[in-house]
Amino acid sequence: MIQLEYLLIISAVMLFAGIYGFFTRKSTLAMLLSIELMLNAADINFAVFNRMLFPDGHEGYFFAIFGIAIAAAESAIAIAIMINIYRMLKNISVDELKQMKW
Amino acid sequence: MEYTLFILLLPLCSFLLLGLLDSKISKTAAGIIGTLSLGAVTLLSYFTAFEYFTADRVNGVFEKVMPYNITWLPLGNLHFDMGILLDPISVMMLIVISTVSLMVHIYSFGYMKGERGFQRYYAFLSLFTMSMLGLVVATNIFQMYLFWELVGVSSYLLIGFYYTTPAAIAASKKAFIVTRFADMFFLVGILIYGYYCKSFGFDFNAEGFAAGAFMLPTALVLMFIGGAGKSAMFPLHIWLPDAMEGPTPVSALIHAATMVVAGVFQIARLFPLWIQYAPEAMSIVVWVGVVTAFYAAAVACVQSDIKRVLAFSTISQIAFMMVALGVCLPGEHGAVIDNHASLGYMASMFHLFTHAMFKALLFLGAGCIIHAVHSNEMSAMGGLRKYMPITHITFLIACLAIAGIPPFSGFFSKDEILTACMHYSPVVGWIMTGVAAMTAFYMFRLYFGIFWGTENKELHAHHTPHEAPLAMTLPLIVLTCITLVAGFIPFGHFVSASGEAYDIHLDWTVAATSIVVAVASIALATYVYAGERQPIAEKLHGAFPRLHRWAFKRFYLDEVYQFVTHRIIFAYISRPIAWFDRNVVDGFFNFLAWGTHKLSHAIRGLQSGSVQLYAQVFLLGILVILLLLIM
Repeated sequence: MIQLEYLLIISAVMLFAGIYGFFTRKSTLAMLLSIELMLNAADINFAVFNRMLFPDGHEGYFFAIFGIAIAAAESAIAIAIMINIYRMLKNISVDELKQMKW
Repeated sequence: MEYTLFILLLPLCSFLLLGLLDSKISKTAAGIIGTLSLGAVTLLSYFTAFEYFTADRVNGVFEKVMPYNITWLPLGNLHFDMGILLDPISVMMLIVISTVSLMVHIYSFGYMKGERGFQRYYAFLSLFTMSMLGLVVATNIFQMYLFWELVGVSSYLLIGFYYTTPAAIAASKKAFIVTRFADMFFLVGILIYGYYCKSFGFDFNAEGFAAGAFMLPTALVLMFIGGAGKSAMFPLHIWLPDAMEGPTPVSALIHAATMVVAGVFQIARLFPLWIQYAPEAMSIVVWVGVVTAFYAAAVACVQSDIKRVLAFSTISQIAFMMVALGVCLPGEHGAVIDNHASLGYMASMFHLFTHAMFKALLFLGAGCIIHAVHSNEMSAMGGLRKYMPITHITFLIACLAIAGIPPFSGFFSKDEILTACMHYSPVVGWIMTGVAAMTAFYMFRLYFGIFWGTENKELHAHHTPHEAPLAMTLPLIVLTCITLVAGFIPFGHFVSASGEAYDIHLDWTVAATSIVVAVASIALATYVYAGERQPIAEKLHGAFPRLHRWAFKRFYLDEVYQFVTHRIIFAYISRPIAWFDRNVVDGFFNFLAWGTHKLSHAIRGLQSGSVQLYAQVFLLGILVILLLLIM
């Protein structure tokens, strides 16, 4: 059986990779990918802790599935927004999105 | 008598209708709507009076009827009511108001013909009539105050009817401010009355009164100040002469016959309280009245604007009514209100009735004259009797009535007032007889100045004066008929202090004196003013130039007010307060706004709109919270 630490390390790496990507990428699409990474890291954590702490329960798995569904819905909306932004600005760089500021 | 509600509702409806439609309906239609609704009100008022006075008396008095009295605003243990109260004086006032108002409505067809804002004029007339009727049928002092303010507003609107004339605007503001100032005392009086008597009703609650025995006279005197403002008593009379800037029919209705007697009506309404609980304070009413009567009569003797003469004569005559109310005495044999001792009450109401009719007649006659010569100044008139026979005759009859010549109505009511004054104190009686003589003198000076004397040929050359149209002469004739017969009404049978029927006995010594005095004054006026030239008047003028000037300038009272308000109150009270308001109060709030503005300006850089920066701050915050939780 794979040890708990290995799984947690993977999820931690994914989370920080997501955070790093979210902070540094200028493309909104890349930022969306980073958010997906963070969400997946959380999903992994749900599954891992469910398995280690409550081997008989299923709540963690359910939450993981729930998270995946949310991520899917969120990316659908986000991509729709991006397409609209692109149609308007011919650009999806986050620095260019200033119209909403005032 | 539930139908009395329509007496108030009809003018209100016509006000709303005319006011909302305004110029969407034709001028004639507006006039007809206003006049018809007023005609219906007049019929209803007469019917009410007929039914009320033919009902059986209970214990010798006409019962008070209250067809409506609803609680309008409950306020703890006090409550403000709205309703209709019918008693002899309110029914009498209904007749006076509706008659004069109807005459003015008809008259205005001719007088206001072709004026801009004809519809607005009729709307305001309806509003005024409604308010005045509401005032007299008020069931309690608070409702009275409400309608009291409404008549003030309609008076303001009608004085300022010619809103393009600066003089009219100034006059309307002056009238409103002066009467509002007086009404402030009225309101304080009402509140004191309500606080101690636990009610705003006119029926007195003796238990609540024990605590405030001293306060009731105070409240009554404060209310009297309100009444003095509305009735143009000295020294609050200054607005009435200026109010003549309004259209002449309005002067006849509001500033001669109805609204200005509201103060007299108020005292009459509260009369049982005055006579029972504040008989000493009534001397204030007497002396204010005496001073006003004399002052106004003196000023009226020298004015050259015919409407001003009539305005001062109105002030003087209302003062007569005030004096008559003030000279009432408590009964001697146990009964608090005794018809004989309180003769003045009946006399005052009688004079109110007759004066409303003949003074409206005088004003409407003056309107015809102004209509004919297009000027208010006596210099533009003279010799008008050939051109305007109807106006001439009716004006003469009204002059005879106000001078107190039998058998015209003014003689009877004025005689009762003089009798009451003589009974109170010979000093007051003789002063008032003197004022009555002055009345006869200045009225005939006016009469001769208008209808006799030298014609202003220069002015009449390109515009011959002509008799007024039927719409204007008809009200004159109707009012003349009333003036001719009103003196023979057995008024004491309808209105008297105790409510019991009272037979008027002419006191022949007083009556003879007043007739002699009046005839002598008229003879003097004829001698001085009737001729083509007036050498005596000029000689008198030359002999006392300063006196003439002082009287002409109304003894400089307006200037005194001007000085007190502008130089003292504005400069030393209002200006510092305004400074405080502008600099300290406003300054504090401006400082708050300025500080907020500067602060937000300083930190607005944080709101960069960059999502990634927000996310970084967010993460930093989480880390800080985590650290804090761990430690």
